[in-house]
Amino acid sequence: MIEAANLSKRFGAIEAVRDVSFVARDGEITGLLGANGAGKSTCLRMLYGVLTPDSGRASVDGIDIRGETSKARAHLGVLPHAAGLYGNLTARENIHYFGSLQGIAGDRLRSRTAELTRILGMESFIERRAKGFSQGQRIKVALARALVHDPGNIVLDEPTNGLDVMAIRNLRDMLLELKAQGRCVLFSSHVMQEVAALCDRVVIIGHGKVLADATVQSIQDRSGAASLEEAFLQVLGDTGELS
Amino acid sequence: MRLLLTVFGKEFLENLRDRRTLLSALLFGPLFGPLLFGLMVSRMLNQSVVESDEPLRLTISGADNAPRLTRYLEAHGIKLSKANLSESEARAAVRGGRAQIVLIIPKEYGARFTLGVPAPVLLVADSADSQTRKSAERARSILGGYASSIAQLRLQARGVNPLLTVPVAVNDVDVATPTGRAVVVLGFMTYFVLFAVLMGGLYLAIDSTAGERERGSLEALLSLPVARSSLVGGKILATCAYMCISLALSLTAFVCVFRFVPLERLGMSANLNARTALIFFAICLPFVPLGAALMTFVASFTRSYREAQTYLTTVLLVPTLPIAFASIYSLKTQSSLMFIPSLSQHLLMTSVLKDETVAALDVWVSAAASLALALVLMVLTARHWRRETMLG
Repeated sequence: MIEAANLSKRFGAIEAVRDVSFVARDGEITGLLGANGAGKSTCLRMLYGVLTPDSGRASVDGIDIRGETSKARAHLGVLPHAAGLYGNLTARENIHYFGSLQGIAGDRLRSRTAELTRILGMESFIERRAKGFSQGQRIKVALARALVHDPGNIVLDEPTNGLDVMAIRNLRDMLLELKAQGRCVLFSSHVMQEVAALCDRVVIIGHGKVLADATVQSIQDRSGAASLEEAFLQVLGDTGELS
Repeated sequence: MRLLLTVFGKEFLENLRDRRTLLSALLFGPLFGPLLFGLMVSRMLNQSVVESDEPLRLTISGADNAPRLTRYLEAHGIKLSKANLSESEARAAVRGGRAQIVLIIPKEYGARFTLGVPAPVLLVADSADSQTRKSAERARSILGGYASSIAQLRLQARGVNPLLTVPVAVNDVDVATPTGRAVVVLGFMTYFVLFAVLMGGLYLAIDSTAGERERGSLEALLSLPVARSSLVGGKILATCAYMCISLALSLTAFVCVFRFVPLERLGMSANLNARTALIFFAICLPFVPLGAALMTFVASFTRSYREAQTYLTTVLLVPTLPIAFASIYSLKTQSSLMFIPSLSQHLLMTSVLKDETVAALDVWVSAAASLALALVLMVLTARHWRRETMLG
């Protein structure tokens, strides 16, 4: 479970995130939906502790990310917006490096890597150097790298960016599989269809504030709109986002 | 510590597969210095050997006006080629490179010589050309020798003791040992060694910081449950490893080059053998973590590979400053200078080359000062890595 409580962050004169609170529960996929520059990445970065909030608190499985950073991070798998690999290392070496840094070694690391290779379908390129990988292959390795320590919570920042249709479908299956395993999945996106198709709950963010936090169904019901897209536009319109 | 070693292992392996790192750390860095140095010294040797072995060539105009002088010059090994040039023609010939040195003996030479008043000769040469300047000096001293022997004969003919014209006898005593003389030449070497040390870690320092950011792998790395000091420590340690390899290769190359450069022919003895190389390695070792920490520190502030390269090229020049300062003021090894990194290594290596005794305390102070500064830079780097601006 990932919890954001009254998070605020300001960069100079810009208030990137204003008093954001939400909960991403275990066994659910939570989508953080918002336009470009709405504050999604800043929010997620505070959740995995590379940015310090000006006020508020973030916790993973009840562990404060600022207080016990390392302990909280051990419960967390992160796929940041820029998920670059080490080009001179093979896919396996990339995964093993992060595994070792997460404190996994030996047989456990090998069997976990083998498992992820099978689940993500990386058999054909696991021993190849990452230099010439396609975007889809890169995301798979980056995802394996984030999951190598078998975390209960996964945070993904715009994971579908630059992926083709096949790769997006693979990723979707993967996230559903993680949810079925009872994990907490939190991902950000600016694509409505993606969120609608995948998420149990949606947190809509605009100008650094939470505009809506509910199940996909209840947002649609409440706004009386047929699709999430219309509902999204309505939510934004209600708060003057579009004017 | 285990995490630090994991980071070290990965950086070491990754860069072992990087052609750019390998070229600069293991080829360009360590070999550039010794090769350039070997070429420089060989050229200097060739020049000076050629100059003293080859007969001096002189174009003489109006040789018939002074037959005795002409015979004297020939007897002193000068190869004369006779010509008939006016002063302006001679100037043009020297300026145009058709003749190196022209000696003009005017018509009135004989008459004035007989009268016992100074008989003029003209020596035309280009003093801006270092090669002919030396030849002209030789010609002038042979001419001077002729003049003084004539003067002595004249005084004797008048019943005056020629020794009266030599009130003071100056005797040069040159205490430069053969090795001491070589040090002037070898002074360059210490810089090349320090250059190779920095060059060895240059690309790794960039790759593990700015490269990590440019590749987009930095954020994932920073979100791991690993202390930033372990990340920084592992990266600096890997940089140190490449710098040590580069240092070892550079010293090996220097030992080889010295075997082929015939310094003895210049009356120098090169005191660089395997044993000295090992001492050099030990002297330079504390400079390694300092250079690695400095480069990692600077590169941590840059946004891209290219930017880091620009800044670090300047860092490569940093060790030259104290060395240049030392040669301008011809500083000698002294304890107070051992606190300055790069200068202390330069002075210690120079002392070892000169076969001087090196105080153990100086070596310790030099090492301690470099290591202390390295530690400060490492702490500053780790502190910067803990800041959120690190994400860029």
